[in-house]
Amino acid sequence: MNEVTYNDKVVRQFAVMTLIWGIVGMLVGVWIAGQLAWPSWNFDGLVPWLSFNRLRPLHTNAVIFAFAGSALIGTSFYVVQRTSHVRLFSDKLAAFVFWGYQLVIVGAVLTLPFGYTQSREYAELIWPLDVLLTIVWVAYAVVFFGTLAKRKVKHIYVANWFYAAFIITIAILHVFNNLQIPVNWHLSYSVYSGAVDALVQWWYGHNAVGFFLTAGFLGMMYYFVPKQAGRPIYSYRLSIVHFWALISSYMWAGPHHLHYTSLPDWAQSLGMVFSLILLAPSWGGMINGIMTLSGAWHKLRDDPIIKFLIVSLSFYGMSTFEGPMMAVKTVNAMSHYTDWTIGHVHSGALGWVAMMTLGSLYVLFPRLYGRKQMYSTQLINVHFWVATLGIVLYIASMWIAGVMQGLMWRDVNPDGTLVYSFIESIKATYPYYIARFIGGLMFLTGMFIMAYNVWKTIRGDEPADLPLTYGAKTA
Amino acid sequence: MKLNHEVVEKNVGLMGILIAVVVSVAGLFEIVPLMFDAKAVKPVPGLKPYTALQQAGRDVYVSEGCYVCHSQQVRPFVSEVLRYGPYSRAGESVYDRPFQWGSKRTGPDLARVGGLYSDEWHEVHLMDPRAVVPESNMPAFPWLAEEMVDPVQTQKSLKTLQWMGHPYTDEEVANAAKEVEGKTKLEALIAYLQVLGTAVPRSLSQ
Repeated sequence: MNEVTYNDKVVRQFAVMTLIWGIVGMLVGVWIAGQLAWPSWNFDGLVPWLSFNRLRPLHTNAVIFAFAGSALIGTSFYVVQRTSHVRLFSDKLAAFVFWGYQLVIVGAVLTLPFGYTQSREYAELIWPLDVLLTIVWVAYAVVFFGTLAKRKVKHIYVANWFYAAFIITIAILHVFNNLQIPVNWHLSYSVYSGAVDALVQWWYGHNAVGFFLTAGFLGMMYYFVPKQAGRPIYSYRLSIVHFWALISSYMWAGPHHLHYTSLPDWAQSLGMVFSLILLAPSWGGMINGIMTLSGAWHKLRDDPIIKFLIVSLSFYGMSTFEGPMMAVKTVNAMSHYTDWTIGHVHSGALGWVAMMTLGSLYVLFPRLYGRKQMYSTQLINVHFWVATLGIVLYIASMWIAGVMQGLMWRDVNPDGTLVYSFIESIKATYPYYIARFIGGLMFLTGMFIMAYNVWKTIRGDEPADLPLTYGAKTA
Repeated sequence: MKLNHEVVEKNVGLMGILIAVVVSVAGLFEIVPLMFDAKAVKPVPGLKPYTALQQAGRDVYVSEGCYVCHSQQVRPFVSEVLRYGPYSRAGESVYDRPFQWGSKRTGPDLARVGGLYSDEWHEVHLMDPRAVVPESNMPAFPWLAEEMVDPVQTQKSLKTLQWMGHPYTDEEVANAAKEVEGKTKLEALIAYLQVLGTAVPRSLSQ
């Protein structure tokens, strides 16, 4: 038999690692949330690599690059094959992408907690790992675009536009943000300094969100939402318009991370204007996704996987409204530097990115392992509720904490003195840090429930329960 | 629109090029002009590059991830000027590689912390923050008192920065190793903290 098959091995590898890195990254997240609430969890500095300051970059890198990154690469390999009707361009290169990418992540685990960092947010990795990541990324691009080039379907499916934009833009951002002159194997200095360095970094930082955590995940959305709903995308025209509008306006919005800093005003104003514009293409994507379900709304009741996907889109709509609002300079004057930012990030990261990933993984796992369905639909439902309530608790506590901090910091007495010392704002925040810790713990609990369910599915155990109407037709 | 877009949808090379062009525009129009904006790249009067010990301390600050909880950027608001001092000028950061403006204030801003507390206060505070601020949730950094600054690395640092255009004399570079010899990371970090924001006189406040 010479029948050509899809290369699902590499997809299986990425899918399993997505789950594992998700648990690791969120475990670190819950741990450092605990350290903010109970500083004794830093053990008086007896174990430097367990200190908050060392672990926080590990948390962000693990959830963004290890968890979300593995999900993106894995699903892009799955989607590009299915929508092009060909096998991946090169199996060997795909395997190199998997092992190389995992090596970068292991490198992060072995350096960040030990104080080897560039301190550029979400680009903390030291220069040798940056070089390795660049090589892996080029290989990834070759596999993805090589597969598209030999496709048997005339049109490039919309999900692939978004994956393509994600791959190309991340390459540009990564290279230009990490231009460094090495001092030795772990220390290097940025070729930019001061205000220019700040703008380059937040041009990168904002678009790591815009292209890694948004464009890439819209690619995922454009495949898995219609797949699971068993319906075509709502509007083809809308997808064209919002695709080009999104990728062109996102890149301008970085300076909103630097409002009222010593970055020149013209740059700040540009950043604010484009952040406001961004609302439209963002909501274009959300509407296109949610409306795909129109005429099949009952699936929201019957299929917990659809719930994951649609709630994810709802959080996407919410945080892409919140983001432009926070980019308005007068709002930002209060919200910046507070925990509101942390709440905003997590409504995007947990609500949109993680929920989309988990929903897509629930679609993928049975297909990847030749099972009819997940082991337990009931457990998917439990996972959904634990996760959703966890997110709500997390972001609500950080909203309240952030607004409170912003108001306390700016409060001035009639005689022109400050009302609150800084430490008073920390004291007032402790209860919210505890609430956030519980919210994060709930989300992590959901991850363990999923891991058990996936484990049983892969092992091929008989389904624990039979759903009334399970999802769409199998692929 | 539908007809035009079909061309792009059927040509992966064209699509890739269009994407690259569209996403590059912002960088060219936002970042490149800033590189030539004098305000952003010229040092404020009186600003000196960090001494060897201060630079070594700065590397400790970066390495320990202080930026995850402390900003270094006083915004031009009454409440911020009251709390921290004169608002930050771009020209104060031109010797900062990487910049350390930060994005979150879990603890207070440090842009003007230089000279605000004594060296002894900083030492006690870094060794055990709750000894001086009982409600603080800052981690303790006792290992900094045990680990030594690497003189070889510091000398290379200054040499690299001199090559990148920081106005060090050859003598300053040559003496860098000697200057940090026998110093702990704690001493270096405190030296860095004590110089932060001191190029602009505090009297500019009002």
